Amino acid sequence: MYAVYAFVAGLVFGLGLIVSGMSNPAKVLGFLDLAGKWDPSLALVMGGAIAVGVIGFAVARKRTVTLVGTPMHLPQARDIDRRLVLGSLVFGIGWGLVGFCPGPALVALGQGHVKAFIFVVAMLAGMGIFELLEQRKTRRAAAHDAPHAHGTSHAHGAHAKATPHVAGTHAKGASHAHGQHAKGHQRVRREHS
Amino acid sequence: MVIDWNSFTPWSALAGGVLIGIAAALFVLLNGRIAGISGIIGGLFRPTLPDVGWRLAFIAGLVIAPSLYAAFVYLPLPKIDAEFGMLTAAGLLVGIGTRYGAGCTSGHGVCGISRLSPRAIVATILFMVSGFATVYVVRHLIA
Repeated sequence: MYAVYAFVAGLVFGLGLIVSGMSNPAKVLGFLDLAGKWDPSLALVMGGAIAVGVIGFAVARKRTVTLVGTPMHLPQARDIDRRLVLGSLVFGIGWGLVGFCPGPALVALGQGHVKAFIFVVAMLAGMGIFELLEQRKTRRAAAHDAPHAHGTSHAHGAHAKATPHVAGTHAKGASHAHGQHAKGHQRVRREHS
Repeated sequence: MVIDWNSFTPWSALAGGVLIGIAAALFVLLNGRIAGISGIIGGLFRPTLPDVGWRLAFIAGLVIAPSLYAAFVYLPLPKIDAEFGMLTAAGLLVGIGTRYGAGCTSGHGVCGISRLSPRAIVATILFMVSGFATVYVVRHLIA
């Protein structure tokens, strides 16, 4: 049944993006262009969604199980860390370049838009790169637990083609610097110890 | 700031927003989860069996929505100016950024703010500011 509810939620979500005009990147860019002729529509979309969402989440917060008796899986993270900050800033750059965020891109893909297809493939590649880096980090962390492990941090730099530079912080102290060339993508430098 | 009254569509924006809010509320009350699209897609990279079904079902709903809508109302293809290089760069940045930032416009912007999560409020402010700055650079400094 999970899948049925999820399908309905996805469908209603997608209809909301279409009705609100947000599946059209030009409309999103009209909102993000404060210095041009500004289209405040996106603010009202969020306002309408949050007005309803607040009620839904207020009910959900008081419950330990869903309306159908299954467990709740609400996020537990509390800290505002570097990952949240840098990740959100990088997302904003990509969002501002074309006007697509993940939901509207999938809706436009459903319309058979070739450009949405290119965007979605690149987005999946970006998510895949994140997974690879996370797995490598997990392996490194395991290696660092070994007696001869380096207790220092690593700085990873990446060169991008046709993308704006994202400033990152340099790893402190003695570190290994790995320069990596990746096709068409830019990665934020991260440090971990 | 000059408001573009010709493009501003307050009523359809509000109506669409309410639908998005209903979808998010349905999802948390029935599936017990956040309707965050980057997270729903990203979870497919570490597939666990009962999860894959509802993740793909949510995505299918989003992808099928325009066909359902177009069965009743004319829906033009959006005009996108960006070319291949720009689309690829933007897609990669959105993919990586939303996964590191643990959310996008839906998960942080709609669901997170509805939950009054400080993390989501900070994330939303940051990606909005970053988006404003990017459009400013692209449209007013470079162009």
